[in-house]
Amino acid sequence: MTESGSSAATAADERPGAIDAVPVRHLGRWVAVAFIALGIAMLVQFMLTNKAFNWSFVWKAMIQTPVINGLIGGTLLGTAGSMVIGVVLGVIVAVMRLSDNPVLAWTAWAYTWFFRAIPRLVLLTIMGALGVLYPAGMRIAIPFDRQIQDLLGMHGTWTFATLDANQVFTGILGGIIGLGLSEAAYMAEIARAGILSVDPGQNEAAAALGMSDGLAMRRIVLPQAMRVIVPPTGNETIAMVKDTSLLIGIPVSNELFFQLSSIGSRTYQTFPVLVAAVIWYLLICSVLMVIQSRLERYFGRGFGTRAPGPRDQAFLAKMLSFRGGGGGGGM
Amino acid sequence: MSTALVQAINVTKNFHGNEVLKGIDLDVEQREVVCLLGPSGSGKTTFLRCINQLETINGGRIWVDGELTGYEDRNGRLHRRTNKDIARQRRQIGMVFQRFNLFPHKTALENVVEAPVHVGGRSKAEANKRGLELLDRVGLSDRCDHYPAQLSGGQQQRVAIARALAMDPKLMLFDEPTSALDPELVGEVLTVMRELAQQGMTMIVVTHEMGFARDVADRVVFMDAGVVVEQGAPTDVIDNPQHERTKTFLSRIREETEEHAAALQARLDAEQI
Ligand SMILES: Nc1ncnc2c1ncn2[C@@H]1O[C@H](COP(=O)(O)OP(=O)(O)O)[C@@H](O)[C@H]1O
Ligand SMILES: [Mg+2]
Repeated sequence: MTESGSSAATAADERPGAIDAVPVRHLGRWVAVAFIALGIAMLVQFMLTNKAFNWSFVWKAMIQTPVINGLIGGTLLGTAGSMVIGVVLGVIVAVMRLSDNPVLAWTAWAYTWFFRAIPRLVLLTIMGALGVLYPAGMRIAIPFDRQIQDLLGMHGTWTFATLDANQVFTGILGGIIGLGLSEAAYMAEIARAGILSVDPGQNEAAAALGMSDGLAMRRIVLPQAMRVIVPPTGNETIAMVKDTSLLIGIPVSNELFFQLSSIGSRTYQTFPVLVAAVIWYLLICSVLMVIQSRLERYFGRGFGTRAPGPRDQAFLAKMLSFRGGGGGGGM
Repeated sequence: MSTALVQAINVTKNFHGNEVLKGIDLDVEQREVVCLLGPSGSGKTTFLRCINQLETINGGRIWVDGELTGYEDRNGRLHRRTNKDIARQRRQIGMVFQRFNLFPHKTALENVVEAPVHVGGRSKAEANKRGLELLDRVGLSDRCDHYPAQLSGGQQQRVAIARALAMDPKLMLFDEPTSALDPELVGEVLTVMRELAQQGMTMIVVTHEMGFARDVADRVVFMDAGVVVEQGAPTDVIDNPQHERTKTFLSRIREETEEHAAALQARLDAEQI
């Protein structure tokens, strides 16, 4: 116990140097590692030897043409389209909600109230059924044109276009609109939290420079709010990938999970197609997580001590041209 | 018409019935430097914010460069100006905040060129050239690619001054520009402000820096509890105050300044060892 300790007398002559100490032993940690390793080994062995997995069928099912088409034209397109609508509309709703104008604020509140209350499967089923409201097609026209014409005894057509409601509301377009409207209600809350997280002094500094409210929101407040908005938006996007499997409510069948299930029921290989679906969803979410972490880094620039490198700038240029193009005026 | 750049007459402002400004009269001439002194809560910040309309006044009138702020007088009837018009009026006034309020997601240069490009409609190249000149003027040309978080408080405040100057304001408002700074960083900001005053900028400066007020100000205005108590040449007001409230305030500031100086000296001495 005493042989290695140096006495106070020698410490006075010789100043202590580099530390070379025996580390604490984490016995519990090693036990945990052993248990987890054992569990993983058992799982792998089970998955490789259990015939129900039928791995060769899994790989084949994953790359069937209808599955790939469903993945791209349903799952990925549906996610991208509905998230674009959700983010853009959500930010608009959030800005309205924070507006001084009580009518705008109330409208935004009512929007969120309505779309948060409706389950997505129900909403999509309603979207698919909207066609019954427009048996003669949807007219794009001057509002109340017929009533005005009746009242003033005028004639002629004030209709600009007539759309087939079944075409608009069924199919992937209806799905994107439905999921986008629903998503906007959630994004509005996320964007509102983000906007409120920005120091009010930022808005004042912008105003003092002569910026309009809109310009200050766009150039100063929102980019800073993005730091708070991006992480939960990543979660929303990943949740949306999974919710595209609800497109069947419309019904849209060109979608990853439906296509895999139908292969399963045709071939009686129900379990392998489920494994194939899980693998696809895992792959998509992994890619999304990488994109999310890059976005977080970009919008976190200037916060914390790390200086943003050229990689962030290049990434920005690729992902979104958030900084606007050239000079140009505008108020 | 008077030639004053700023003319405030009987300005009142209340927050939820609490009257913070109780009839302020103040004229500031072209190229004049006015220091506003007064205890905390006397309404100095509020008055500055009223001048560039970050607050709307409840009574009185403020003219800047001969133009009534916030309202338009049409045949004796006041009409509220549009937000766009108010933004235009603010453009001729630069403001420097106590807490800098730089845009943290933009570099020093980007902070400076933001308004000229997106409000003033200048080309990016032109604005960048001018922005570099301004950063050079405040001694920070080597820091133009730094984000605010990578700058010291004094450097941030100097960037904030450059940012305000970028819109070529006729008037600069400073709200305690050095009171959020470590004592050893105060000097570099005051130096920039001193140069600005020498170049003929019209300035209203809220400050507790008596040395600056004495050297640079053409006039010192002492405010307390929402009114102007006394004003005059710096030497008169600071060295020979007439009102009891001014005397009390000045002696307290003097004590604080001496304490600060002693603390700073002690710190500098400790660093030398
Ligand atoms: N936005 C506000 N709402 C309510 N009261 C305020 C607001 N701004 C300032 N005040 C009050 O007005 C008074 C004057 O404040 P201020 O102008 O900041 O004084 P000073 O800058 O001289 O310290 C203080 O009592 C303060 O509490
Ligand atoms: Mg103040």
